[in-house]
Amino acid sequence: MAGQSDPHLSIFSPSEVEFVAEDEIVEIVPNIRMEALNMICGDFGPFFPQIASKVPLWLAVALKKRGKCTIRTPDWMTVDRLTQVLDAERESPKEFQPLPFHYIEISKLLFDHARDDISDAYLVRSLIEDIRDVRFHKVETGLETISGRTHAVKCM
Amino acid sequence: MSSWEDDDSAAAAAAAAAASTDVELLKRAWRNEKASPEILRFDSPLVSRVREQIQLLEETLDDFGESGVDDLVVSLYQMDLDRTLFLLRSYLRLRLQKIEKYMMHISKSEDLLSRLSQQEQRFAKSCTEMMEKHLEQSVLSKLPYGYDSVTRQSLSSTEDDMVPEPQLDTFVFCKTKSDVGAFQLDDIGEEVVDLVADDLYVLRYKSIKGLVESGQIDLI
Repeated sequence: MAGQSDPHLSIFSPSEVEFVAEDEIVEIVPNIRMEALNMICGDFGPFFPQIASKVPLWLAVALKKRGKCTIRTPDWMTVDRLTQVLDAERESPKEFQPLPFHYIEISKLLFDHARDDISDAYLVRSLIEDIRDVRFHKVETGLETISGRTHAVKCM
Repeated sequence: MSSWEDDDSAAAAAAAAAASTDVELLKRAWRNEKASPEILRFDSPLVSRVREQIQLLEETLDDFGESGVDDLVVSLYQMDLDRTLFLLRSYLRLRLQKIEKYMMHISKSEDLLSRLSQQEQRFAKSCTEMMEKHLEQSVLSKLPYGYDSVTRQSLSSTEDDMVPEPQLDTFVFCKTKSDVGAFQLDDIGEEVVDLVADDLYVLRYKSIKGLVESGQIDLI
């Protein structure tokens, strides 16, 4: 993301950011029995029907696509929590509220693949978009303060 | 007392190492490499460990095909393999792009050369030779005396002013992994920033270079 002369080398493309976000851990409830998976990126399972298990997002989406599990909405992705966050974001112009680093990508992946597992999906989506707008605005005003003499800007 | 503390910190370090898998480490290296303007040190042991794991998984997948394991399980392992392969390829390719861009600059300095793997050093060397030969044949040999150097504009140049160099004072986004404490950003000590764990900052790359190399800070 750094400002370099060659943007192709330095900027993370949206698909690369999504790739990174797919490693975030989510909770799934499988409906099948499956042996433990010993993968390069870690060990997951064993899986039993109706017993929650923690897996990376890409694995959850893969299972979901095949109808083998439901994905539990993360705690922060509920209407209550997001409304609180949005209010707090609007109240304090200098501070950011705690949210997962990849909240935009995680929520997008969940909306694309596990819409039926999210309660009040429509509301949650518009809340996340509002939060994003408020935050982007803050970041932009923050970056405007950078001048030739600036050495450091704290983002959060 | 001191040995007890040493044991403690050694145990903590071991726990931290065990907590992050090789893929995690490779991902960090890939991210840092992507965001930093200059080429970073190549972690040969890490890359060869990841290569071994990839090979092992490829063999396991072949065995699966023969022994008739559930298709679902096979496809999940395949995805895991593809993701790791993508990461490794992207990392290596990224480094090659950087080497191509700054090959002359890298070839000049022993310190920069030592950051490359052996294959990368060979690549940088042959690339530089080819480029020099090409420029020599197509342009430089037709220019008058005094203007025929690959690295300098003319004889009156006091330094190599035709070699592309990475911009080290560009701003980078970074995330601290642990408390660094008050950190001095410039040579004269006018700008001091308190780096707290897990915070995001926008800083000049030059000032935090050392922290990136020692692994106390991650670029994003």
